[in-house]
Amino acid sequence: MKNTISHRVADFLKNFPPFNVLGQADLETLAEEITIVYKEKDSVIFEENDEPHPYFYVVNKGAVALKKGSDKSIMDMCDEGDIFGLRPLMAQENYKMSAKAHEESILYAIPINIFKPYAQKNIAVGNFLIESFASNTRNPYSKSHRGKLYDEVPDINPVAPDTHVLDLQSVQYSKKLVTCTATTSAKTIAKRMTEKKVGAMLVVKDKMPIGIITDKDLRNNIVTGKYPITTKAKEIMVSPVITYNKHLTITQAQMAMMKSNISHLCITKDGTPNSKAIGILSKHDVMVALGNNPAVLIKAINRAKKIKSIKQIRKSITHLLQDYLDQNIPIKLTTKIISELNDACVKQIIKLSLEEMPTKPPVKFAWLALGSQGRSEQLLQTDQDNAMVFENVPEDKLIETTDYILKLSKLINKGLFDIGYDYCPAEMMASNPNWCLSLDEWKKTISHWIINPGTDEVLLSSIFFDYNITYGDVNLVNELSEHIFETTKKYPIFYLHLASGALQNPSPTGFFRQLLVEEDGEHKDSFDLKRRALMPLTDAARVLILSHSVKSINSTAERFEKLAELEPNNEEIFMACSYATRALLKFRTKHGLLHNDSGRYIAIDKLTKEEKIKLKRTFKTIKEIQELVSIRFKVSNLLR
Amino acid sequence: MIDLFRKKVNNYPDYWLEYENSFKKKPIEDLKLARFVVLDTETTGFDYLNDRILCIGALSLVDKNIALNQSLELFLKQEHYNAESAKIHGILKDGGASRISESAAMEELLRFLNNSIIVAHHAIFDITMINRALERNGLPRLKNKFLDTSNLYKKTLLNSNVFKKKEHYSLDELAEKFDISKKDRHTALGDAYITAIAFLKIRSRLKGKGQLRIKDLLKMG
Repeated sequence: MKNTISHRVADFLKNFPPFNVLGQADLETLAEEITIVYKEKDSVIFEENDEPHPYFYVVNKGAVALKKGSDKSIMDMCDEGDIFGLRPLMAQENYKMSAKAHEESILYAIPINIFKPYAQKNIAVGNFLIESFASNTRNPYSKSHRGKLYDEVPDINPVAPDTHVLDLQSVQYSKKLVTCTATTSAKTIAKRMTEKKVGAMLVVKDKMPIGIITDKDLRNNIVTGKYPITTKAKEIMVSPVITYNKHLTITQAQMAMMKSNISHLCITKDGTPNSKAIGILSKHDVMVALGNNPAVLIKAINRAKKIKSIKQIRKSITHLLQDYLDQNIPIKLTTKIISELNDACVKQIIKLSLEEMPTKPPVKFAWLALGSQGRSEQLLQTDQDNAMVFENVPEDKLIETTDYILKLSKLINKGLFDIGYDYCPAEMMASNPNWCLSLDEWKKTISHWIINPGTDEVLLSSIFFDYNITYGDVNLVNELSEHIFETTKKYPIFYLHLASGALQNPSPTGFFRQLLVEEDGEHKDSFDLKRRALMPLTDAARVLILSHSVKSINSTAERFEKLAELEPNNEEIFMACSYATRALLKFRTKHGLLHNDSGRYIAIDKLTKEEKIKLKRTFKTIKEIQELVSIRFKVSNLLR
Repeated sequence: MIDLFRKKVNNYPDYWLEYENSFKKKPIEDLKLARFVVLDTETTGFDYLNDRILCIGALSLVDKNIALNQSLELFLKQEHYNAESAKIHGILKDGGASRISESAAMEELLRFLNNSIIVAHHAIFDITMINRALERNGLPRLKNKFLDTSNLYKKTLLNSNVFKKKEHYSLDELAEKFDISKKDRHTALGDAYITAIAFLKIRSRLKGKGQLRIKDLLKMG
């Protein structure tokens, strides 16, 4: 039966092959028979060797990982619009791979008996299927299609290519061609290259490439004074252009560039210079395809014009993190690099959100990362915790200004959500009017917390006081920090409450030194690494560093290092804490990557003996630092 | 006088008896097997007495699957018309899709519902509107159990003093929270679809408290 929803399904499908070649009427008929399937994260759609379902699937939202073999290595990641589970249906065999929802996903299940007649009737559909089966990819056109979605940023492989198959993988090149004609002036060329943020400009005639001008050519010919700035393109271009067809593999591209000592290749329709230019491939694209270099990733982030492309890059960041951990790169360095990259993602999202606003911001503002992100300890994606502070405005302007900043915050929160940061379940986000305040309003709120330190106020301050500026005006943030130090000095009782808050986390071990596990709920029988081990350290570091009025050191490990420097007599314990923090963080990250979650809950029975010993060793340190805090701030038993 | 004690069942049309009979079966306890009907109504307004249903959209949900060939979208012929609310749902008095009488719509709805559990956002409103329509056509009230996604959603939220829950959450808020497209908002079936996906996402978030049973859901919302 035709209805609003089947209509919407047809609307979605018509953007993706092979459905794009079906007529509207056929597509609508097909859509009416579809079943919409919801899959929780990590739930199985089918297992290897299962009998085929009567449907094949198209991803509408989310992502599905196809895995194979006993090691369950990821063979392919299906995104929006990708088809999977079709081949076994056509070949009438069992599934050759397993499919699992990598994220919470919505799938369209398309009944094969309804679809098959179209495949037989419609040559284009049939060809798509033959080509897709022959090339053994799920979608031979996916690359050219992705190009449309992410044309600014070449698609970065979420799963970095296996070095063994580099020879076989075709590269992703930029499809948005920046071209000029033989008579364009050098000045115009340079201007447009800056504008489009590209390193090379193709000179075309009748859409065919006749030459190329790169940054280097401009430097050698114009900047040196050899030619005037008004020189025409044909005078300085390099010609002929080295051309290839789009089936060029990564290895081929690398070799071609090395052989001719050039940084750009031109992709043409049939691979010769006598056909239409369809894209350009730079050394950068090749590096991106190899995908494991932070510098390349940063560049890709800063170039991203769409939130969707940042999401792709985030997958590479996760992969990079995995590599670092596998290679045992010091966690200190790993944390720095990954936080830097995460920060760049957030910054880019803020920039994109600002562009989306109808007007420029009426006041200066600062975006604050709170919690683990503020402490630069966030390696895996967790929930969002953030806030906004903006310049004081006259009272009659306050509502209007708040409205603007709130709107902006909402866009940013949504953008962060889209790249994988879940909304904060307690609404501690800048789009919440309580977390989006002017400087004076924040000062008032903070004073209230410090002067009336009840349980809630202490909890709120422990989340907020780890803030770190991600974007915006740094003076606003400095003023806020000053205010906190001044107020806490006036009301030292606050330290006592903050310290007692720091001691309230449940103990990691029981009487017999056994690890204590959760007794009920979703994570029954697993160890809460965050609450029982990391938080006591984080909380202790916060109250100690605050009492020393040290600002702009946010990471827990670094705070302990600073404390060791400030109090040489306690150096040993503080350094032990710093070490323990890093060890636990690494522990958490490894487990998070393994299970594709936040790594907070650890299944004790899955740990090796060595891991258990390592974990327990940190607990002694936790106990010692808690005693130090308890004595220093005179937290009496009454308060605890 | 004897009439008083005789059951009046015979006065009801066959489709009502069929509907009623479906409740004689033992209700399904397994969340995986039970059929939910996610529905939404577009009405001329919010007055139970004077306003009328213009459109009913309903989707059938079994396990985590919504089969589109088992969905219902009914446009009703109504004498009462409210120009103000038409601005929201865009349904004109005589516009577009083919319309059926209220009694025919009730027949189709009951045949579609059977003993399934109804899921709706602010369910009381939709169910009361439908009950009024049934009443006008000489039929008793709906017998289905029902769930309200507004109440269920609240159960997924954190219990914390630092953060105050609202009394009500709109379907718009749920769509934003769960990243569901609002393109078809304010069409009955479009809203039903948003409600269905929200319901599934709520269920997966509630699972945190152990295996979720139908009984638990009914208790919550």
